[in-house]
Amino acid sequence: MTRVIRYIFNDILRTRFILFYTGFLLLSTFALFQLDSDFGKIVLSLLNIVLMVVPLVSVIFTTIHFFSSYEFIELMLAQPINRRVIFLSEYLAVASSLCMAYLIGVGVPFIMFGAGESVISLLVTGVFLTLVFVSLAFLSSVLTRDKSKAIGIALLFWFYFSLIYDGFVLWIIYSFSDYPLEKVTLTLIAFNPVDLARIIMLLQLDISALMGYTGAFYKNFFGSNMGILFSSGILFLWAIIPIYIALRIFNKKDL
Amino acid sequence: MILINDLCKKFGKLTVLDQVSLNLGSGKSYALVGPNGSGKTTLIKSVLGMVRPSSGLIQFNGKDIANEWKYREQIGYMPQIGRYPENMRIGELVDMMKNIRKEVKTVDEELIDAFKLYKIYDKRMHTLSGGTRQKVSASLAFLFHSPVLILDEPTAGLDPVSVEILKEKILHERRMGKLIIITSHILSDLDELSTEMIYIFEGKVQYNNSIEALKEETHETRLNKAVTTLIKQKELLNSITEQL
Repeated sequence: MTRVIRYIFNDILRTRFILFYTGFLLLSTFALFQLDSDFGKIVLSLLNIVLMVVPLVSVIFTTIHFFSSYEFIELMLAQPINRRVIFLSEYLAVASSLCMAYLIGVGVPFIMFGAGESVISLLVTGVFLTLVFVSLAFLSSVLTRDKSKAIGIALLFWFYFSLIYDGFVLWIIYSFSDYPLEKVTLTLIAFNPVDLARIIMLLQLDISALMGYTGAFYKNFFGSNMGILFSSGILFLWAIIPIYIALRIFNKKDL
Repeated sequence: MILINDLCKKFGKLTVLDQVSLNLGSGKSYALVGPNGSGKTTLIKSVLGMVRPSSGLIQFNGKDIANEWKYREQIGYMPQIGRYPENMRIGELVDMMKNIRKEVKTVDEELIDAFKLYKIYDKRMHTLSGGTRQKVSASLAFLFHSPVLILDEPTAGLDPVSVEILKEKILHERRMGKLIIITSHILSDLDELSTEMIYIFEGKVQYNNSIEALKEETHETRLNKAVTTLIKQKELLNSITEQL
């Protein structure tokens, strides 16, 4: 397995996309440090960038990579290698290179300017988000043979979780505002990895009041630590389940 | 060595393989013949586990190959269209294949030498012509002394000199008692290379016997004549049964 991963890794590094991604994150983190001196504010502004950019980059890079390494996958399938090993190596190589880019891009400036506890959870949530959206992108890649369709599905995942879902939740809260909705919203949020990541960060930053009454309720319901643990657990499931389904489909696929 | 029992494969509504049953023994050389789209490549890919059968059984050395992968150590495969990572150099590709099958200590680089591939080791795959690509595919298929060789249209697109080199190599391997499966539309090549013939039409095995027997049945001395006679006989039979 390590041999296969190494070759995929080399292939990813050769495209230089990962370097651009790292550079972009470095640049924006440094820029935020120049603009502001309040630590909490920097983390919060970064959070907004991370919640948008990380899923988008993960989704697009993964689908493009999967389809451009189709030949490699085909070649490996005629060799004495397990299909699962090939697929999981692809996942691990893509996910780890994206995570590394993120950790370097956001982590290095903080190490230089000094880091707090909230930075660590910013790094952890970013890594989680990467894993989740790489998973979802792999799922959309095995669902279809057509590259543009796969990118379309993957983008739809991003669009849905970043924009549409929030609107949907707001609409429910607004229309049923006469009823006690705390538990419903809680459950609804668990169905959106981006929201979960946001909640982990907001609980960590102790500004959950900013999130209106759901945030306050969340904090009340779990207390900070339980809330973070609970949302991390669900986020973990979000990473595992799509890749598991994708693996099952890939195993039965004709190539 | 390879036993195929009632193999069916459907792509949606299209039936590509229809109850194919074959018993391929080691030491024999099979010519897999049939018109375009008759299911030859699908059959080969099913044996390799790249295509999952809709129903039926494939055994390799007595073991079911479903979800197995270890048996592929014993197969050298040359695809019809060699698709390789495009920005890899030939040398890197060969090294990678060796690295993936590290267990094989001695490799057979006869074809790499014969095709003079080491001269263009630093060329990237996307710059190669179709014929050179075929040469790379052939060299990789023979690299690991595999007891089973599956060659999907090995001579298509090669220049006459290279065809002769490849044929010599195949004959050499045949003499060493390997199981060889070749698909091709160039029947004169198959006449030299194979001893058995399997004729597939619309996903069904129509003929499976030795080439000698086919020649005797059709009273022909050359394989291409014999096969065309066979096809005409089958067509005649089909038209009679349709009229009934």
